[in-house]
Amino acid sequence: MAQDKNNLIVYCEFDEGHVADVSLELLTKGRKLATRLGVKLEAVVIGDNLEGIEKEIFPYGADVVYKIADKRLYPFTSMPHASALINLFKEIKPQVCLMGATCIGRDLGPRVSSALHSGLTADCTSLEIGDHTDARNNKEYHDLLYQIRPAFGGNIVATIVNPENRPQMATVREGVMKKEIADENYKGEVVNLDAKKYVDEASYVVSIIDRHIEKSKINIKNSAIIVAGGYGVGSKENFDLIFKFANVLGAEVGASRAAVDAGFVEHERQIGQTGVTVHPKLYIACGISGQIQHIAGMQDSSIIISINNDANAPINTIADYVITGNLEEVIPQLIKYYKKNSK
Amino acid sequence: MSLNIVVLAKQVPDTRNVGKDAMTPEGTVNRSALPAIFNPEDLNALEQALILKDKNPGTKITLLTMGPPRAAEIVREGLYRGADGGVVLTDRALGGADTLATSYAISAAIRKIKDFDIIIGGRQAIDGDTAQVGPQVAEKLGLPQVTYAEEVDVKDGKAIVKRRLENGVETVESPLPLVVTVNGTAAACRPRNAKMIQKYKYAVSPSEKAKLEEGRAKVIESRPYLNIKEWSAADVEADPQQIGLTGSPTKVKGIVNVVFQAKESKQIEGKDAAGLEDLIKELITNHTIG
Ligand SMILES: Cc1cc2nc3c(=O)[nH]c(=O)nc-3n(C[C@H](O)[C@H](O)[C@H](O)COP(=O)(O)OP(=O)(O)OC[C@H]3O[C@@H](n4cnc5c(N)ncnc54)[C@H](O)[C@@H]3O)c2cc1C
Ligand SMILES: Nc1ncnc2c1ncn2[C@@H]1O[C@H](COP(=O)(O)O)[C@@H](O)[C@H]1O
Repeated sequence: MAQDKNNLIVYCEFDEGHVADVSLELLTKGRKLATRLGVKLEAVVIGDNLEGIEKEIFPYGADVVYKIADKRLYPFTSMPHASALINLFKEIKPQVCLMGATCIGRDLGPRVSSALHSGLTADCTSLEIGDHTDARNNKEYHDLLYQIRPAFGGNIVATIVNPENRPQMATVREGVMKKEIADENYKGEVVNLDAKKYVDEASYVVSIIDRHIEKSKINIKNSAIIVAGGYGVGSKENFDLIFKFANVLGAEVGASRAAVDAGFVEHERQIGQTGVTVHPKLYIACGISGQIQHIAGMQDSSIIISINNDANAPINTIADYVITGNLEEVIPQLIKYYKKNSK
Repeated sequence: MSLNIVVLAKQVPDTRNVGKDAMTPEGTVNRSALPAIFNPEDLNALEQALILKDKNPGTKITLLTMGPPRAAEIVREGLYRGADGGVVLTDRALGGADTLATSYAISAAIRKIKDFDIIIGGRQAIDGDTAQVGPQVAEKLGLPQVTYAEEVDVKDGKAIVKRRLENGVETVESPLPLVVTVNGTAAACRPRNAKMIQKYKYAVSPSEKAKLEEGRAKVIESRPYLNIKEWSAADVEADPQQIGLTGSPTKVKGIVNVVFQAKESKQIEGKDAAGLEDLIKELITNHTIG
């Protein structure tokens, strides 16, 4: 197959006047992939009141920003956004399209991929470029997108490719890729597209009658220190100790799924494959055994401390410091020594 | 208003309980050690259909599943809980399908069912966690989709759906017919009903019936409600190019087992007060905390 010289595009989620963090993370990754492929990085924003939105996007290295605005395009509904992307992609034929694995991206991606008959891989944890040989006919493909994701409950990791169909589509959860400005002064081209031309009128069929969105106050993703509690914490009341420890250290509180499922803390705090992915400089796991799905969301922490009464807890193998003991005895001591030694 | 509802349900290996015995010594998944279950969120989907049926007398629920012949098990499960009938879409040619080829085949079967006002599926299946089949079926049938539903109602010929999003809830209105996918946070499915178990425990698909002795098979034939339908790819007029491995744009290039890099860790006993204080001092000195 001839080298694919078409561009890579990121669908930028637009929320309350801004581009969502997950889209900026994907632009950062997209910039690297586009450079590797020798193609342009493009972005598309669909919504309402998009004036100046490109200023948030260009610093991440986007060469083109497509804007499609109409007051019916915000808040998001599936069919009009899908219609816009399908029509745009038929025209510009991107080789790769990345989206956030958010409520929006996971609703929109499959609809678009179905219409274009292109493959889509959900919840990728890593994206790379590489070659592929089809084992059945020995056909060779160059520079495909490797869509790498956990499968089978996280027990295996699969690499998926779409050899023949374009765009190669992938969604990625928030926090999995790092957001990094490429160049504050990077300038690209803005292309304003006429919503009437790109969005089929017939697609405006679902209407929003009511909407209650609250900005979450919990921000574990950007916290430098995380104290995470697991099922071993034992109860909702005992979780107070985790909150107290976090408070003293200026940390955020995270949790394992078992702790969330048991109702100890809210779901927003769940770390792992089906929760948030974090990369803090310090991660303190308290009463967490360290199953594969939890580790998937925190293994890149710079320093890991495990507090567990089981010296053989799996998490201990990836911890820098292993404290073997009951957390209700260990944590109060750590708080005491911290207060004593910090000014 | 009575409704025709199609519930999409998948039989999945219970990946939530991948215990130590479900992993081989080589670290690969031993599929046969995992029980096959009704995909959890598909049970939430079935419950929404049952609630609609309670509110709208005369409503008919058809459970549709694609999978190997043994997937008839979950149709039976659906009948115990109140579905009116079911179809197993099964064919070797459908094997190896990715979500796109799956949704193509499922939409072909829905076309054959023909009368439908609402198609309700789970948000995602726990074997793949992709959440793609619902929206793709909607696209293939040219229908609107409403994802992440917690409550589904029909008023004045329109669906009113409450959706659960990352940071809140949204209520939307859509014309019928439409595709809805239901979240695990929606109402749990009602337990199986003892009377229904009595009524439907002998319900079988043709492949299951073929294994029965003649006398029993005859009895089943005489009772239409005990016959679970079984359709092949040809029965639903599926284009062979669009199903199974051939119809799947995505290919699995490789699979590796997850192995985490073990670190050399420093061990501290919880009872060793001096050790704990040294650790805190070390973290303060290197500016990790403080
Ligand atoms: C598809 C899928 C996705 C998943 N996604 C996630 C995810 O995103 N995040 C996630 O976390 N999990 C996820 N899980 C669940 C995961 O497999 C584990 O079940 C979960 O992480 C276990 O949580 P835990 O370590 O808190 O509980 P447990 O495994 O029960 O461990 C409790 C630990 O506490 C210790 N302990 C008990 N008492 C004390 C005490 N007094 N002091 C100190 N230590 C004590 C015990 O020794 C034990 O190690 C997922 C599973 C599946 C199948
Ligand atoms: N083989 C199948 N048979 C019936 N329904 C399915 C099948 N695969 C997926 N679905 C439906 O689509 C939903 C999403 O599946 P998935 O995209 O695999 O996560 C499931 O919860 C089911 O409702």
